Amino acid sequence: MTDKVINKKDWAGVLKGIRNFYRVFVPAREGDFHNFRALEDETMPNFDFFNTRLSPKSVVYPQSERMFECLNDPENPEKGILKEAAKDYTPQAVIGIRPCDAQAFQIVKRNFDNPEYRDPWWVKRFESTVLVGLGCNSPCPTCFCTSVGGGPFQEECLDAILYDLGDRYLVKGLTEKGKEFSSKLQGGAPADEKAGKEAKALVSAASEKIKAKVPIDKLGGKAVTALFNAPFWDEVAFSCINCGTCTFLCPTCWCFDIQDEVCGKQVDRIRNWDTCMSPLFTLEGSGHNPRDKKFQRVRQRFMHKLKYYPDKFKNGIQCSGCGRCVRYCPVNIDIRTVAGLMNEYKEK
Amino acid sequence: MMAEYTEKIRETAKRLLKDGKVDIFIGYRKGSVPMMNEPVSVSDPEKTGLLHWDSNCGLNLCNYLTKRTDRIGILANGCISRNIVTHIIENQIKREQLYIVGVPCTGMIDPKMIRRAVKFKEIHAVEEKDGRFIVKGDGFEETFEKNEFLQKNCATCLHRNPVIYDELIGEKVPEQEGIEPFRDVKKIEAMESDDKWGFFTRMISSCIRCYACRNACPLCYCATCFVDEAQPQWLGKSSDPTDTMTFHILRAFHCAGRCTDCGACERACPMGINLRQFTKKLNKDALELFSWEAGLKEDQRPPMDVYKTDDNNDFIR
Repeated sequence: MTDKVINKKDWAGVLKGIRNFYRVFVPAREGDFHNFRALEDETMPNFDFFNTRLSPKSVVYPQSERMFECLNDPENPEKGILKEAAKDYTPQAVIGIRPCDAQAFQIVKRNFDNPEYRDPWWVKRFESTVLVGLGCNSPCPTCFCTSVGGGPFQEECLDAILYDLGDRYLVKGLTEKGKEFSSKLQGGAPADEKAGKEAKALVSAASEKIKAKVPIDKLGGKAVTALFNAPFWDEVAFSCINCGTCTFLCPTCWCFDIQDEVCGKQVDRIRNWDTCMSPLFTLEGSGHNPRDKKFQRVRQRFMHKLKYYPDKFKNGIQCSGCGRCVRYCPVNIDIRTVAGLMNEYKEK
Repeated sequence: MMAEYTEKIRETAKRLLKDGKVDIFIGYRKGSVPMMNEPVSVSDPEKTGLLHWDSNCGLNLCNYLTKRTDRIGILANGCISRNIVTHIIENQIKREQLYIVGVPCTGMIDPKMIRRAVKFKEIHAVEEKDGRFIVKGDGFEETFEKNEFLQKNCATCLHRNPVIYDELIGEKVPEQEGIEPFRDVKKIEAMESDDKWGFFTRMISSCIRCYACRNACPLCYCATCFVDEAQPQWLGKSSDPTDTMTFHILRAFHCAGRCTDCGACERACPMGINLRQFTKKLNKDALELFSWEAGLKEDQRPPMDVYKTDDNNDFIR
C-alpha cells in the first residue's frame, strides 16, 4: 500500500527529500498569483492557491525550446549541418497540478502522440513526468471541468493525487509511476480509514460547488460549414484585441512556430508557442493571409476547440474547463457563452 | 450615479440609432465575471438595453475606431476622449464620423487592489453603490470605498471630463486637485543606472509576450508592428529576456507624446506587469520638455512631428 498521510508541518521536508529522485515543480507565489516553479533551495512552495496563473504545460512543452543547432562558421566543415540540441529528460514531478490541467495533458497528447504523428520531445518529456495532482477543495465560479468530462478530484489523468485534509495530506498513488513516486516520499504514515472518509467528503462538497454548466452536447451533430458560416462570429469577435492571453494561458493550446536565431557563429532552431489570435499566425510567404480578419481568427480558436478537435479525435472538446481564458481575457470574451451560442445554433 | 449613467447611455444610444445619426454605437456591456466589462457595438436600437456603465470600464474604446468608415456613436470619458483626439490628429478616424457621448468619470477600480484587500479569496460578485463597493465571495462580504481602490492612473488623473464630446450624459465632475502625478517616476529617476536596469528587468521578468499591452493600446495601430516584421526581423520571437526588454522599451518610445495614461495596458496584462512605469516617464518628459499632454487639442500637432523656428531646444533650431 503506497497511500500515505503526511502532516503539513512535515511537507516542506518531504518535498525536499523527493528532490533526490525528481526535478520537482511546485506552485509558488509570484506577486499576486502562483505559478509552477522548479523546486530549488530558495523556492518557497505554496499550496494555498486556486490555480496557477499560467498552466503547467510549459513543464513538458516550454514556451521556447531549442530543437536543433548548427554552426555558421565558414571555416568549420560542419557548417550548416543541423544537429539535435541537447535535451534533458531527467525524471520530473509536477506536484500540486489541478486535475483539469492534468486532463489537458491528455487532450494535448492526442495531437502530439498519435499513430500518424509523434512529437519526440513532447512525448519523451511527458513520459519522464509524473503528475501529482491536488484535488480542488474550492473550485472557482469560472471552473467548468464537470462539463467537459473532468471533476475537481478527477483521478483519471493523474499519476498520484493529494487530498488536502486541513492539517495533513492524503497521498494516493494511482498509476505505476505515481505509486513509485509515493513510495519515495520520506515519512508519513500509511493512510487510515479516517483519512479516506475525510477525502470522500471533500469530493462531494467540491462537486456541488461547480455551478457552471457549459452546453456542448449538440456540437457533434452540427455541420462544420453551418457553424463556420454562422452569423454570430462578428459579434463574438468585436471586442477581441487579438492578444495571446487566451492561447498562452490555455493548458490545451499547443500550436507553435519555428524560428532560426543566429548569434555570432551559433545558429539555433527554436520552436515557440504561437497564437492563432495573431495575424502573423497564418501570414503566408506570398503575402496572402487566409485569416486576415479578426473574426476569422476568433472563429478559428473556438471552432478548433469546440468542433474540429472533437470531430477529429472523437474524445471530447479541446478544453479542460480550467477557466483561465474566462478570467484573464482582457476584454471578457467568455468561452462558456460562445459554446452556448454554437451548441444552440440552428441553421436557417 | 452609475445606474443613472447606464440609463442615460441606453436612452442616448437608442435615440442616435433610431434617428439614423449613427450606424453603430460603441460602449460596454456588463461582463460575465466580476470587475470586468466587455466592449460592445450595437446597431439595433432595440438592443441598446445591454449597454452598461460602471467603474469597471477600463478598456479603451478608442481601440475600436481605427480606420472605420461608418458613422459611430461612442462613449468617451476623459482618457478615451483624449485618445479619440489623438486618433483624429493621426488620421485614424474623422471627427465628422463620430458622435461622442461624453461620460464624466470618477475613475475605474483596480481589480488587483480589491483582490489583495480580500486576501485573494475568490470573488463571486462586486456590487457598486454610492461610491462604495460590496465584494462578495464564499462566506465573506466586505465593503470598500471606491476612492481608495482606484486604478493607479485614475488616482492621479487630471482629465476626468471628456475633452471633446457632442453631448454629455451627466454633469461634469470636479477635476482632482493637489495631485502629484509623477511621484513614482521620480523615484525611479533617482536610482543609479544599474538599479534602474535591475528594476525594469525584474518588472518584466514574468512577461509572456502575449502582446495584450500593445493590443489594448489605442496608439498601437501599425499595420505591421515592428515585433512582427520578418524582413528585417528586429526582434527574436523566443522568450529571451533581451528581446522582451527590447519590445517593451521600443513600444513605450513609440507612445512618447501620445500616451494618455488610460491604463488599458496594465489592466489587460495577464501577468500584472506595471507597464505604465515605462510610458509615464515619457509622459513626464513630454510635459517637461514640450509642455505637452497628449490628446487635449484637435488643432495642435504633437511634439514629435512639429518643427518650430523658435523651438526652445537649440539642438533642433
